[in-house]
Amino acid sequence: MTLVLPAPSVVDRFAERASAVAEVAAQFADEVDRDARPPREAIAAMREYGLLAAAVPTEHGGEGASVAELSAIATELGRACAATGMVFAMHQGQVMALWRHGGDGAGVLETIEDVRGGALVASATSERGVGGDARRSTCSIEPTDDGRIRLRKDAPVISYATEADAVFVTARRDPDAPASDQRLLICRTDTMVLSQTSTWDTMGLRGTCSNGWILDTETTTDRVFRDDYAAISAQTVLPVSHVLWASVWLGIAVSSAERARSAVRKQARASVGTTPPGALRLAELLVDLQALADSVRHAAERFDAAADDPDVLASSAYALAANALKIGASERVTDIVTKALRIVGIAGYAASGPMSIARHLRDAHGAAVMVSNDRLLGNDADLAIMTGVIL
Amino acid sequence: MEQDPNPSSATATATIAGPATDRAVRRALAEHGRLTVDAWGVASIADLYVLGLTSHATVNVMLAVESELDVEFPDSVLNRSTFASVESITAAAELAAELAS
Repeated sequence: MTLVLPAPSVVDRFAERASAVAEVAAQFADEVDRDARPPREAIAAMREYGLLAAAVPTEHGGEGASVAELSAIATELGRACAATGMVFAMHQGQVMALWRHGGDGAGVLETIEDVRGGALVASATSERGVGGDARRSTCSIEPTDDGRIRLRKDAPVISYATEADAVFVTARRDPDAPASDQRLLICRTDTMVLSQTSTWDTMGLRGTCSNGWILDTETTTDRVFRDDYAAISAQTVLPVSHVLWASVWLGIAVSSAERARSAVRKQARASVGTTPPGALRLAELLVDLQALADSVRHAAERFDAAADDPDVLASSAYALAANALKIGASERVTDIVTKALRIVGIAGYAASGPMSIARHLRDAHGAAVMVSNDRLLGNDADLAIMTGVIL
Repeated sequence: MEQDPNPSSATATATIAGPATDRAVRRALAEHGRLTVDAWGVASIADLYVLGLTSHATVNVMLAVESELDVEFPDSVLNRSTFASVESITAAAELAAELAS
């Protein structure tokens, strides 16, 4: 039995649209996974139903979705197709920085308008040579003779670059700045050249198409964000991304649990009145799943509550909590999916079919690897000496 | 279990000869519903929770209907009100059959 609780109306306004997009995403999920190609149909549906623009604030003419609302959407999408969910999650983590940190330069305001119209934003944060540390850059924003700026970045990963209308790129503030003095630059697709350097042929999350690219751009100074990237990362990109990634992983876990439930229900139907042995394992699985759901949604609400308080967002305790969600959720999701596989049994072990858990398991393992948990723990280690958890 | 404390249910025996879905629902209720009255004689709109149905028994009623009709109730109907009467369970089972076809 599903306990149907009246959902808060604030969550309701996106529910039908999220469900419509999820239906499209589900239809192509296996093909997207098999061919490691972008979930184009679902991206088009997200654009059509206004989900890409959901978070644009009302003062910019948008719907002003909270992170709690985005979290619910991300889970619904992740349940259907994890790659689609991740595209949504990564996009939102970037675009929220626009109005929170962009300032009022013409290039920034124009990009907000583009996002309101359904533009998809990708990001190039990691860089070859700095070992995946998004908070250090080698490349820099260079002034040209005619007052414009240029940038060349060798990015080992830019997810869904071929589908994006803009890429937000980190770089050192100027050629003399230290590696950690970063700025965020808006590169519209029509002002940049991408040369592919590597191919994303992975175990899971194949549809994010996170290929390596060298990005060359020449643009105007009004496309540089007002705030430095240290603030953008700490107050927006990192906490929002962690919540929304975890929301997608929750969706993967939910979907695997649904298959487990379906398998147990089939067993139960065969001898009504006798609880099948798998039901106990299913009940146990739901304990883990509920804990994951609670931690994800609570983290989303915590961000919304602190969204306008830079002091809270910049605190060590908040940074630890944001990392804790990512690390904890990524470990839980593989555990839950593995348990679901055991409950379903051989039909779950099948590589395809309505009860297969194969894609779920492969996608779930991406969670701990994308921004390695060990890197986050390494960042946490110093903070942990002086900071506890948020109770 | 044969006694009938609910006077309204005694008048509903005509529905026994109803369609297959109604029969499947009543059979499931008779075998697994643990009602305080005879499920075959319950009025279609009588409140089954008043007549002894519990949420635990509901699970087996659902499974029995699913098994007999070879359908699966969609999540959207799996709530307390669906199992409140023979009529509402029958409607849900017919929706499940439509979705399956």
